[in-house]
Amino acid sequence: MIGELLLRFVVGGVIVSLFAALGSALKPKSFAGLFGAAPSVALATISLTVMKEGKAYAAVEARSMILGSIAFFVYAWIVCRLLMRTKSHVLLTTSACLWLWLVCALGLWWAFR
Amino acid sequence: MIVKLNLEPIRTTTWSEYATRFVFGGAVTLLAGLIAEKFGPGVGGLFLAFPAIFPAGASLIEKQQRRKKRQAGVNGEVRGRLAAGVDAAGAAIGCSGLAGFAISTWKFLPQLSLWQTLILATGIWTSVAVTMWIFCRRGPKRRIPEGKRT
Repeated sequence: MIGELLLRFVVGGVIVSLFAALGSALKPKSFAGLFGAAPSVALATISLTVMKEGKAYAAVEARSMILGSIAFFVYAWIVCRLLMRTKSHVLLTTSACLWLWLVCALGLWWAFR
Repeated sequence: MIVKLNLEPIRTTTWSEYATRFVFGGAVTLLAGLIAEKFGPGVGGLFLAFPAIFPAGASLIEKQQRRKKRQAGVNGEVRGRLAAGVDAAGAAIGCSGLAGFAISTWKFLPQLSLWQTLILATGIWTSVAVTMWIFCRRGPKRRIPEGKRT
């Protein structure tokens, strides 16, 4: 159990870091931003889930991921507007708005389940 | 505008910043697995599109822009915030690709092998995100009213 959790943590950390490093090296910044919404967590998770639970289980996760990505769009759009139009603190705004993602994602899941 | 690769931010990123990304990324991947185990794949799947390292990434972009402007003798507070805002706009565009990745994984995983599905889905993510970025950069064509043309 501990070994599996550790593997998940390491694989996730490595893939997310690679995508983030690639994104930071690209110009212009709006193009680099595409990597902020890269499927890094999904790439790490889906392969491990298929090995453990099977393809059908992972396909259900992928279906829910569609709703998660809509919530991510709402989150990124609102963060963009706040940073561009107000004098808000970057880390504070991006962290506080994570609640917005959670509410939006769970709301969509509840509506479409 | 042409997309360029600039290795300078990779060199100037500190080890603590790399460690932050690693820990955030690992923690969210772990959390997604644990939530799926506790609440089922329906809720767990939502977290595959969690903005895992977005706050850390945006904060890093702001810091780098401020550092750059400070070296030039200017207070780069506004520039840093705007750069983070542009990064968020890019992420919003990139969400179309993320949805494309999710749809293709959902549809193809039961029929194809894991690796075929992941390669195909990653290809779809790249093409959808880049196409949307090009489309959004061009923007809608502005029509100037007849009377205002000079």
